[in-house]
Amino acid sequence: MNLSSPAAREFIVWIFGVLTAASATGYFLAKSAKSPAAKTTVKNLNARTNSWWLMTVILLGALAAGPGATGVVFALISFLALREFITATPTRPADHVSLFCSFFIVLPVQYWLVHAEWYGMFAIMIPVYAFVLLPVTAVLHGDAVNFLERAARIQWGLMVCVYFISHIPMLLHLPAGELPLGRQGLILFLVIVVQGSDVLQYVWGKLLGKHKIAPHLSPGKTVEGFTFGVLSASALGAALHWMMPCGVWQAFLISLLLCVFGFFGGLVMSAIKRDRGIKDWGTLIEGHGGMMDRIDSLCFSAPLFFHILRYFFRSY
Amino acid sequence: MPDMLRTLSVFLTKLITGVNPVWVDGVPRADRLRVYFANHGSHLDFATLWAALPREVRDKTRPVAARDYWGRSKFTRSVAGGLFNSLLIARSGITRQDNPIGQMADALRDGSSLILFPEGTRSADGVIGPFKPGIFHLAQKVPEAELVPVFLQNLNRILPKGHLLPIPIIGSVVFGPPLRLEPHEKKEDFLERARQAVLNLSSRTRA
Repeated sequence: MNLSSPAAREFIVWIFGVLTAASATGYFLAKSAKSPAAKTTVKNLNARTNSWWLMTVILLGALAAGPGATGVVFALISFLALREFITATPTRPADHVSLFCSFFIVLPVQYWLVHAEWYGMFAIMIPVYAFVLLPVTAVLHGDAVNFLERAARIQWGLMVCVYFISHIPMLLHLPAGELPLGRQGLILFLVIVVQGSDVLQYVWGKLLGKHKIAPHLSPGKTVEGFTFGVLSASALGAALHWMMPCGVWQAFLISLLLCVFGFFGGLVMSAIKRDRGIKDWGTLIEGHGGMMDRIDSLCFSAPLFFHILRYFFRSY
Repeated sequence: MPDMLRTLSVFLTKLITGVNPVWVDGVPRADRLRVYFANHGSHLDFATLWAALPREVRDKTRPVAARDYWGRSKFTRSVAGGLFNSLLIARSGITRQDNPIGQMADALRDGSSLILFPEGTRSADGVIGPFKPGIFHLAQKVPEAELVPVFLQNLNRILPKGHLLPIPIIGSVVFGPPLRLEPHEKKEDFLERARQAVLNLSSRTRA
């Protein structure tokens, strides 16, 4: 991304303006909060905002530094997410080689395939070759206890944490057209709309939330939060159509799809947490929980976004 | 040089295991005489428990290790003795001159705290086995020492028995409130109570 272009500069001013506004709001909310419950909520809100500053700086820095650095940052995100995922899902000593290969061979190779722009292998390496070869390493140990579950957990971890997330840096290798923020703008569009949807669902839920949408899976989510959050994030996507190779309505509909997929991604990952009896995936990101808590919605919407751009906007 | 290596070992251990210790009863002062005892499932247990201690406590704490295993070559001896300042004890062939309980008691009286794995060996499947009686005899011999149960989680997944390369799973270390030997407490009762104290900490991990 060329930071010196006028569009990029204006965009960066906007981003940091929004973050400043969020920090200022948090500052005044902290002053006016009276009840202990309100104080806890505001404290968590401000921890989240502070983490957003850090995450924004890291993402913009990576995008400005080029596709290589972007790939490395997303590889690291995959690594940390997979680490949390495997930590929370029981495996047995016989899975050790399979897990070692997942972290130190499959993950780096997937991101190398991004870097090498080898799309065919990028698309099948984990779903086919990791799927076939990893259970082989486990079966050679001769331990059949819960074999299907163990193999499925590792495969799921790789799909969600590595395969899906690797579609984000792969956006930089789509056939290029002229875009105001370059292909980096596609990553920014995806991240802003999907994460914006998470934030807006949270904010609308706190303001208007009454009816729980999935009381057993994710007690914090409400019908009101979901509806207004997804609609306002889609409106945000429509407003950002200039970053995309499409018009206002197309950007709105793409955003709507991304937000709905992101919502279901969050719900699916919540179901796994519920089953494992944990509240958060980790403690890595202050106020948010673990890496997986922050990127669950991105995992499920990233491949969709990539395919929409690849198959419907091939000529841009 | 050994100081730098120790600092490096602490850093690497924390990096590999991702451990962020939990102190149920608060962080201890360095002047306490303590025996930390934990479940054992991995070569990492040693270093992880040791690295999880605050520095001034760590410098006064010696792991207790099997001489037949760690004393078998010059390299293992220098890791166990030079790097971790371990107390190497005999697991068999015990004589009056070569008595592990006496050696541990002497180390405690010299002002060192100890790290002990009362199961005596690494468990292959993560189940905490019965405790060997050494910790009971030590508690009788040095009643002023505090016996601190420690629960180590996931280290047997990071580096299971029989494997050389660790995988980056996040481990946990939980330090529980200290136990003492009750007056007239029977050996079997105490050993089971100590084992249960370790097990009870499994619900106090950070995740």
